[in-house]
Amino acid sequence: MTENQDQFNPVLPARVQPRRAPGTPGAPVSAPEASALVIRNLSVSFGENRALQEVSLDLPARAITAIIGPNGCGKSTFLRALNRLHDLVPSARVQGQVRLFGTDIYGPGVEPVLVRRRIGMVFQKANPFPTMSVADNVTAGLRLNGLRDRALLTERLRESLVMANLWDEVKDRLDAPAISLSGGQQQRLCIARALAVRPEVLLMDEPAAALDPLATARIEDLILELKESLTLVIVTHNLQEAARVSDYTAFFNMGRLVEYGATVKIFTNPAVQQTEDYVTGRFG
Amino acid sequence: MKSERLWRPAAGERVFQWLVTMMALGVVALIFIIGRELAHGSQPALRRFGWRFLTGAEWDPVSEQFGALPFIFGTVVSSAIALAIAVPPSIGTAVFLTELAPRWLRQALSLFIELLAAVPSVILGLWGIFVMVPWLREYLFPLLRITLGFLPLFQGPIYGVSMLAGGIIIAIMIVPIITSVSREVLRAVPESQREAAYALGATRWEATRIAVLTYAKKGLLGAVILGLGRALGETMAVTMVIGNRPEIAASLFAPGYTLASVVANEFTETPPGIHLEALFELGLVLLGITLLVNALARLLLGTLPGPAVSPS
Amino acid sequence: MTTAGHHWRKFKDFLAQALTCACAVVVMAPLALVFYQVLKSGIGALSWAFFTQLPKPAGEPGGGMANAIVGTFELLGLAALLGVPVGVGGGIFLAEYGQRRVNWWVRFAADVLNGVPSIIWGMVVCALVVVPMKGFSAWAGGIVLGFIMIPLIMRTTEEVLRLVPQGYREAALALGIPRWRAILSIVARTALRGITTGILLALARVAGETAPLLFTAFGNRYWNHHLSEPIAALPLQIFNYAISPYEDRHRQAWAGALVLLLMVAIINLAVRALTRERLGKVP
Repeated sequence: MTENQDQFNPVLPARVQPRRAPGTPGAPVSAPEASALVIRNLSVSFGENRALQEVSLDLPARAITAIIGPNGCGKSTFLRALNRLHDLVPSARVQGQVRLFGTDIYGPGVEPVLVRRRIGMVFQKANPFPTMSVADNVTAGLRLNGLRDRALLTERLRESLVMANLWDEVKDRLDAPAISLSGGQQQRLCIARALAVRPEVLLMDEPAAALDPLATARIEDLILELKESLTLVIVTHNLQEAARVSDYTAFFNMGRLVEYGATVKIFTNPAVQQTEDYVTGRFG
Repeated sequence: MKSERLWRPAAGERVFQWLVTMMALGVVALIFIIGRELAHGSQPALRRFGWRFLTGAEWDPVSEQFGALPFIFGTVVSSAIALAIAVPPSIGTAVFLTELAPRWLRQALSLFIELLAAVPSVILGLWGIFVMVPWLREYLFPLLRITLGFLPLFQGPIYGVSMLAGGIIIAIMIVPIITSVSREVLRAVPESQREAAYALGATRWEATRIAVLTYAKKGLLGAVILGLGRALGETMAVTMVIGNRPEIAASLFAPGYTLASVVANEFTETPPGIHLEALFELGLVLLGITLLVNALARLLLGTLPGPAVSPS
Repeated sequence: MTTAGHHWRKFKDFLAQALTCACAVVVMAPLALVFYQVLKSGIGALSWAFFTQLPKPAGEPGGGMANAIVGTFELLGLAALLGVPVGVGGGIFLAEYGQRRVNWWVRFAADVLNGVPSIIWGMVVCALVVVPMKGFSAWAGGIVLGFIMIPLIMRTTEEVLRLVPQGYREAALALGIPRWRAILSIVARTALRGITTGILLALARVAGETAPLLFTAFGNRYWNHHLSEPIAALPLQIFNYAISPYEDRHRQAWAGALVLLLMVAIINLAVRALTRERLGKVP
């Protein structure tokens, strides 16, 4: 795999990192075929409206998968099905299997709350809890689940903020209200908050959509760093971002998965015509 | 997996959900409890008097004659007087507040209205007894008798405490509710209506009359009916100025008695027996009338605006 | 359009403004008169004795309303014990758990309850509590005031909870926090100011209630020592003194009215202060 610029597809910048084969220095430890999430025949409908139909794919561990597609294609619906957020919606019906490292999260007897501790989520609009300080926000997921050990909480606080590239900026104002931070900082705070619970998978729903380019770049750098320890699934409508950041890309359209594969392939040589039309900007 | 160190969620969730559901359903249950207690307490009287209860004009515990008519009459008449007195100024004030008043005045005025709404009934009654009633007796009633004495409404002896005094004091109590609900109704009129009128060159009053008031007619009627609902249940202030005599008289200067007042006065002193059961039956009648009127108001208004509606 | 017609229209406009302004004055007049009278007659009768002494027997001048003032606070406390959890809990149900049909019935019930005259509440609680307990009590008084508070608090709580953006609920759940914990610690916490406002307003409402207390708390010439005994309350005392034939008692009734009015006014102003920071609406 070379780093050729595809002259016919200006979307793909030169920075795309190729996946390294296992065994080479710097390659991910787990076998590249190990999947964090195995999804089979996932369908989601809201009353009469069928938002997602028969989606099947494997999301590899310790890699970044981007979910792209035009508005209304079902990518957010797909993402929310991965941490059972649709349980909140009375009219939602979810069918199919979603296996997290082997266990079907929709299986009988599985508690959604426990699922969500293993699969975290960051939202498009940064939503730090307004009545809490920076520190309290980060540890919210731990404290409100019963963790009382102060030493442990402090340690996780620091660890999560460091992982989210926010520690240096807030270490002197951990008790300041969370909403006093800038937009980009708030989003990184939300990431730290999600990381504090030590999930195995982090879902991100257009994490940089509401941010300026500088803050966006920082978030993207952060995402690349997080790949070392987590599996990431990112919904984005920004094709350049998908190309810059992800290892794999899934293209959705009208509630169906159209194509899924290595990012490089999807952007330079997609197998399906629809995909090519979308990534070259003919629609969407 | 670190989940083991954290709480197991399922049990707590079920308990909490059950708890809040019970609380919400408890509210529904309360209605049945009220109905049941009143019905149960008035059972023997209901059976003994039947419909004659509503038409009987005698209330004599000694001879065990119990008729609700004087109290129904008192409640209805005092409320009617209250509406007649309270509605025009209330709606006028509402119009003033939403359409015609300068902005800086609106805040202060609405604060005043809120404060008036917060005055407990018993304090108004206190003022009624010692300030209003003497004034009525000295000045207003004689004046009315001189000017309007040809009407049977304004004839007969003047005591001060009277049906008219009761009506006036209820009027003062219901002004805030009619004003604030009317204000909400007027505010809900879409701006486009006013704009259309202004675009045709209307003055502020004309725009108000043409665009706003006609549009809001139904809602304003609802506000008035809501005020009526509150008037019907008014107890303390009325009891203190109406005279508390169970008679049906033509004159507004005569004392009267309302359903709420007689219960307030006699309930604690009545031993269990037919008298007490008759009082419960009066309560049933009052509840029935109030619920009907409030239901009518709600129909006209769509949904009931704000929680602070009940009379005291 | 002639100039004469134009002048006539402008005059009508002015007249309308003047008339409705007059309406506003008419509406405010009673309040002003009552406030003035309460201040004037009440201040004169206020004294240290008023706040610290028990009522003297009928006919004897002097004494105070200490037990009534304390009694009102006790009753409000008991009422809050019942009204706040059930009201807030019901509000949480409506905003977070309920579905359309059930919610409609619950809200309908709350509206109906809000329209029940408070004297009817008194009769009901008398039958429910006073009769089995064979006597009037602070419990009964607290319960009836609590009942009155419940639908009020329920509606305001529901309203403010609905205003909390959905994003916070989702973020909390996405952290693996159980739903009930998220509702209490995140959603309700965010809406806390609004919830408190609703509770304060309900308290101000029932602080002035007299009718329901007539047959539940009943009143007490002495201190209340057990919650199962009758208890004095400010509005009750004012009423009893007002209708008594003694001049001195009338004086004290005004003083009591002043204290009660101040209590209610302070709560209402506090609520105004709390809400103004958030809204800034023009009436």
